[in-house]
Amino acid sequence: MPKPTRGARLGGSPAHERLMLANLATSLFKHGKITTTEAKAKRVRPLAERMVTFAKRGDLHARRQVATVVRDKDVAYQLFAEIAPRFTNRPGGYTRIVKVGPRKGDNAPMAVIELVEELAEAPAPKRSARPAAAKTETAAALAPEEPAAEAAVEDTDADESKSE
Amino acid sequence: MAVPKRRMSRSNTRSRRSQWKTSAVATQPCPQCKSPKLPHAACGVCGTYNGRQVVEV
Ligand SMILES: [Zn+2]
Repeated sequence: MPKPTRGARLGGSPAHERLMLANLATSLFKHGKITTTEAKAKRVRPLAERMVTFAKRGDLHARRQVATVVRDKDVAYQLFAEIAPRFTNRPGGYTRIVKVGPRKGDNAPMAVIELVEELAEAPAPKRSARPAAAKTETAAALAPEEPAAEAAVEDTDADESKSE
Repeated sequence: MAVPKRRMSRSNTRSRRSQWKTSAVATQPCPQCKSPKLPHAACGVCGTYNGRQVVEV
């Protein structure tokens, strides 16, 4: 007897489920980080990691197998050309899921799934502009809280910019 | 198929439902900003989890 797939069934039919998982995986490779429900994040993780493994192998057969899931040719090319080289020294575990609490509206538990090795180029210009804006935002948001909170936020910002 | 013979009285229904209770959500203090957060989840205030910035705040 075949071993059942782990995790929740998604959508209304197997075809719908395949399409949703393929779209989630494509978005993950396109953006590097997506926010979705915990159930979908847990289902897309093995698929996405299999795609990275194919991309690391990098031959024509792997490309054709990836093309059956990632239908967007630009994203598939990026996966082979930019994402796969980042994971050459990592034996699996290419993605990270972090829970971010329930969603407003339907209280669905949400999670962020991201590629473990971040793209170096995308967040860099945003980060330089962010701290000033973020500081005022958090100061306004945390005004009734103790000042330790704000200090901690600034510390994390400093740590991040240091590590990059 | 077994079915109830009698309608349950209002009193019995309400007695049963008196045991329905809500419980407070379990929270942990965030290691970064000390505000209460869900365990095993990123902090909603500072957006960090395990010392890493997960969500922009
Ligand atoms: Zn926090």
